[in-house]
Amino acid sequence: MKNGALVFLAVFVALGLSWCGFVLAPTRQLGGAKQTTILNSTDLYPVGRPGDANLGLQVYRANGCAACHTEQVRQSGITCDVVLTSPGKNPAMVSNLVSTLKLNGLAKEVADAVSDTISAAGGKAEIHIVATGPDIARGWGTRQSVAEDFLYDYPVQLGSLRAGPDLSNAGVRAPDTNWQLVHLYAPSSEVKDSTMPPFRYLFELRKIGGAPSPDALVFPKGFGPPAGYVVVPKPEAKELAAYLLSLRANVPLFSAPFTP
Amino acid sequence: MTSNENILGGASVPASRLVSSLAPPIDASCRVPLLALFGGAALWLVIGSVLAMIASIKFHAPDFLADYPWLTYGRVQPAADNMLLYGFCIPAALGVMLWIFARLSRTPLCLPFVVVVAANLWHLGVLVGLTGILIGDSTGFTWLEFPRGGSVLLLAAFLLIAISAMATFGQRRERELYPSHWFLLAALLWFPWIYATCNLFLVAWPVRGVAQAAIDFWFANNLLFVWLGLAGLGASFYFLPKFAGRPLQSRYLALFAFWTLILFGTWNGIPSGAPLPAWMTALSAVAASLTIIPVLAVAAITWKTLCSSTHSEPGGGPFCFIRFGLASFVLSGLMLIAMACPQISRVTEFTWFGTAQTQLQLYGFFAMTMFGAIYHLLPRVVGFEFPFPKLARVHFWTSMFGVLLFVIPLAIGGVVQGMKLHHGIAFPNATRAMLPFLRVSTTGLLFLLLGNLLFALNIFAMTLKWKFALLKRAVAVVKAPLETEGETGSAFASLRRDKEVKA
Repeated sequence: MKNGALVFLAVFVALGLSWCGFVLAPTRQLGGAKQTTILNSTDLYPVGRPGDANLGLQVYRANGCAACHTEQVRQSGITCDVVLTSPGKNPAMVSNLVSTLKLNGLAKEVADAVSDTISAAGGKAEIHIVATGPDIARGWGTRQSVAEDFLYDYPVQLGSLRAGPDLSNAGVRAPDTNWQLVHLYAPSSEVKDSTMPPFRYLFELRKIGGAPSPDALVFPKGFGPPAGYVVVPKPEAKELAAYLLSLRANVPLFSAPFTP
Repeated sequence: MTSNENILGGASVPASRLVSSLAPPIDASCRVPLLALFGGAALWLVIGSVLAMIASIKFHAPDFLADYPWLTYGRVQPAADNMLLYGFCIPAALGVMLWIFARLSRTPLCLPFVVVVAANLWHLGVLVGLTGILIGDSTGFTWLEFPRGGSVLLLAAFLLIAISAMATFGQRRERELYPSHWFLLAALLWFPWIYATCNLFLVAWPVRGVAQAAIDFWFANNLLFVWLGLAGLGASFYFLPKFAGRPLQSRYLALFAFWTLILFGTWNGIPSGAPLPAWMTALSAVAASLTIIPVLAVAAITWKTLCSSTHSEPGGGPFCFIRFGLASFVLSGLMLIAMACPQISRVTEFTWFGTAQTQLQLYGFFAMTMFGAIYHLLPRVVGFEFPFPKLARVHFWTSMFGVLLFVIPLAIGGVVQGMKLHHGIAFPNATRAMLPFLRVSTTGLLFLLLGNLLFALNIFAMTLKWKFALLKRAVAVVKAPLETEGETGSAFASLRRDKEVKA
């Protein structure tokens, strides 16, 4: 092969294929994504994060939190639980029947069959969809993360390493602003043996003066600043905490169904 | 040298005698551009490993340097990674690439001054990028953290160097293409393409939502696996036959590896659990399983070229670096493929296993290959031996131990961590189980830092020695008796001749 131009052209095409597939196609398919509706509701999802939470995403980016934290819950599948909602006209028979049946952790077809058996006996049953997987068992979420969760985020901070826990639902797990701020200031005060570095530079150590600061952090016993001082968050810390509280990917969607 | 060029040129090299007389002027034409590229690269390499060390210590003592915003873990860690990749690997690869192009083309480097300007632009871009990350101005996209100013400078510098490389390629006296040409030409094309378009879609006019993540996954794989693969294998396939003393086994297998690498390798990188449309994760997993083909082809080429090699050199020379690099490429490729397999990725995803693979690719494969290449070519280019040749050999052993001590514990620890997380062990316990492995990996980083210092010492001492020699000769010219103007002119001419002969 002596023709450099021909080689160049062939290489151009071969490399360009994947560019079209994984750069151009997603911008077409996902770039125009719109809000979706929450399952069994007319509410739209997601609504944009509040203003200070959006600023907080920039604090999250600037300090590289995604180096240790992911924002993706994985799911290995779904199972169905059959829940008796009304025993009907013949409660004794239905409850007898129900006690002989396996109701939790069923495949969709089995759950349908069980539900049919119960309604044939005169009772009423509902099928609840439950997402499963190690992340969900750990309490990091109720369903897997899907594209909709990140619709308004820039930059999207999925993360690739869990040196710290997943934060997809940080706002559901710890909805208390003071807890989030204290944890940022001194991680080991809230989580024993935490390897998270403290972010003291997002806070100010102030001498207690005349008027008490409404923002001063409330520490657990044995931690906190020396006597006569209070710790007050800087605006960045408040924004970051607002962002963490806004992380709530916990509504059922068509692409990630579950029964709340 | 003559027989080596024969090996590269294939069966018919009528002008083999020409080569030996051409080599000195070709090498001399690369001198200033390559020193400009390598000098800065060595500096970033050392800075990068100091930053990596700081980041690693923070796992043992979270309070370490915690009150300096610019030294927080989330800034230092990406800064260290970027210094290794953009600071060292890419400029070093560009220098090696230019030299290989000039040698294979049997013509002096074209537009050397453009390369010197570009090298300085590149290093300025890295400085802007590093400062940006440390002051919290990172873009937040993995491997694209450099803020706008830095990435524009990098792109401009790369394009200028590509112009010089293409001009040298166009001037070539040997029309037949060698396999290295394919790899290196594709690398010259691929970097500006992926770097420019991904910066456009992510930073300049960002796309919406999770499409950002898709593009970033694709970019990271195409830079770390495909681009480093193209540039590193292109260099390895040039040096391997030279050092082994026999032709590449075989060029057809090398071309096969090339085509399969760019056809399948480019589609990797989307993790199977990512919140993206199912067709993307599925396609990426299929492509990853097909990537076994180029990886095994590279293993076969290396094995067949080495198995009856007659060459022997004392341990730790350039040959050792190249062989270690090729072995690392195969191993890190296998790790990459394993991580893309859905059954395995359930355990290894989000663990330190991924860090181990990245580091094996970046340092074990690419940086080691570049060290070997530079140790071989720089004495020829500058015209004298390294000031501390023994330290170059020590460098090999420290780097080898460093890579092994860094990568093996993190890979094993990653699997342990993944198993614990998969089986519902409490999160703090899983993290605590990782700490002993992280301790060992910090020791590995210490070895790497030491090796990098030895490398930088040799490069800097060599540059100083060369500058000192230049100065001495300039002083000699000035001091020379000035009788007539004609004589002065001839003194300069003789200086120039002298330089060329010495080279």
